[in-house]
Amino acid sequence: MSVTAAFHVQRQGFTLDVKIELPATGISALYGASGSGKTTCLRAMAGLERLPNSFFQIGQDTWQDEANGIFVPPHQRQVGYVFQEASLFPHLDVAANLQFGMKRIAPVQRQVSESHIVELLGLSPLLKRSPSALSGGERQRVAIARALLTSPRLLLMDEPLSALDKGLKQEILPYLERLHRELAIPVVYVSHAADEVTRLADHLVLIDHGEIKAAGPIKQVLLDHQHAELFNDGASSVIEGRISRHLEHFASELKFGRFALRLSQQDHPVGQQLRCRVFASDVSVCLTQPHDTSISNIFPAKVSHVAEGRRPGEKLVTLDLGEEQQLLAQLSSHSVERLQIHPGHHVWAQVKSVAVL
Amino acid sequence: MSGVDLSVVWLTLKLASVVTLLLLLIATPIAWWLSQTQSKFKPAVGAIFAIPLVLPPTVLGFYLLLLLGPNGPAGQLSAALGLGTLPFSFAGIAIACAVHSLPFVVQPLQNAFEAIGKRPLEVAATLRASPWDCFWHVVVPMARPGFFTAIVMGFCHSIGEFGVVLMIGGNIPGETRVLSVEIYNHVEAMEYGQAHWLAGGMVAFSFIALLAIYMINHRASQRGTL
Repeated sequence: MSVTAAFHVQRQGFTLDVKIELPATGISALYGASGSGKTTCLRAMAGLERLPNSFFQIGQDTWQDEANGIFVPPHQRQVGYVFQEASLFPHLDVAANLQFGMKRIAPVQRQVSESHIVELLGLSPLLKRSPSALSGGERQRVAIARALLTSPRLLLMDEPLSALDKGLKQEILPYLERLHRELAIPVVYVSHAADEVTRLADHLVLIDHGEIKAAGPIKQVLLDHQHAELFNDGASSVIEGRISRHLEHFASELKFGRFALRLSQQDHPVGQQLRCRVFASDVSVCLTQPHDTSISNIFPAKVSHVAEGRRPGEKLVTLDLGEEQQLLAQLSSHSVERLQIHPGHHVWAQVKSVAVL
Repeated sequence: MSGVDLSVVWLTLKLASVVTLLLLLIATPIAWWLSQTQSKFKPAVGAIFAIPLVLPPTVLGFYLLLLLGPNGPAGQLSAALGLGTLPFSFAGIAIACAVHSLPFVVQPLQNAFEAIGKRPLEVAATLRASPWDCFWHVVVPMARPGFFTAIVMGFCHSIGEFGVVLMIGGNIPGETRVLSVEIYNHVEAMEYGQAHWLAGGMVAFSFIALLAIYMINHRASQRGTL
């Protein structure tokens, strides 16, 4: 099963023309600046907007095929939708909000239990409260649970964290990760926050001015230097591994493949899966194995690609560690020339710091 | 108060209740359409339904008399249906009152529907509620203060109806003689004492009704919406 979409629309000053194929598992992120058309895509998937000449199919079910006059209205689509603002019904308490959608599907179609979802999103102390008595983060958790309780085949999330401040964001992200691990519902997640996307997404679609710039597994898309500039906070690569042990001097070790990365001490238990982001600007290169350096994360690597960087005088170098693990390094053109860095050369990559997501 | 006056009060309350019920049935779809439509006819339709607000009741009454009279299209229809002619009957003044009070019911409802915004409707749709289901279980409860205002405004406006009733209903005891007409009769006959009872009662009733609206709206705005 997969999700196929083709959306087209031309409005004043805005053209959307996209073809999207998404895997039917995991979290797919639609990433782009505001006004790039990502929310319009999401609304079209839910049927909240009917775009001309468009097509949308999930598995064997066609929800929109304008060529054949097919358009399934939103209330007949098995989607869950989480809006930017929680939009709880003010006249209903939390429990009644949660049951609103659940009551409207046949019992045989219910694939998630209410108690499980309530537990998953930590809502049991809130059930009797009115939406106006909840914090922003609590409201958004209720909205997510409410959407999940309709047992959707596809969960659509439109910047669900953007209306929250940083602290509340950190409060919700772990719930989203649990959801990802424990439920098999595919998610389409719209965001313009690079940190959320790199933390949550398995699959990444980059949208810019109504066009798809790149799509694929997140590690691959991030490595492509052409898209680096679309990421507002700089080029980076993603490392996913498990905490293998806790070390002395307030450090922890993350195993990924046959490599190990030394991190600042993590609160998570050994075995916990963790995703990290390594910014290209935090990676430097030596021709010989450095011993007298303060940097402890050093990997032998092979240069696979050298590209122009974001600014003149900068190069973006792709380093292959083996086992399909790659790093991006942002170097000055001067250094690249001085060290004669070319594809195929063996070097040592020094990782100065790692952002744990 | 005399027995005659009590029958007038009773007739007036009956009229206002019938008119309010009639108006809820008519005004709700009109207000809903006006609140949701993007049609270019919206201003024109809105203006048509607001006309009774500014038109002198005699003008409205005059045209309704022509329309409902034995030679008018509505009069011929009601005669053909065996309902008799409508002017100078209770049904006639009920229809006339409903027309005159329509904007007082349409506007609070339209404002309440517009204040809900698109989002709750979209949320309801993604939670599998059909448009009809959504209207009853999201729109109506969320617009409750608007419905309350509409009911009170429609009811009070019908209770105080004078010009239109006089034009179309005349002054028939037990049939079309309502409060404001009776007050007029008393004043004409220099029966100020009886006029005071009815007029003072109207003032008190109107104050209590408006107080209730303001209190409910105040509470609703304090509770906030989210």
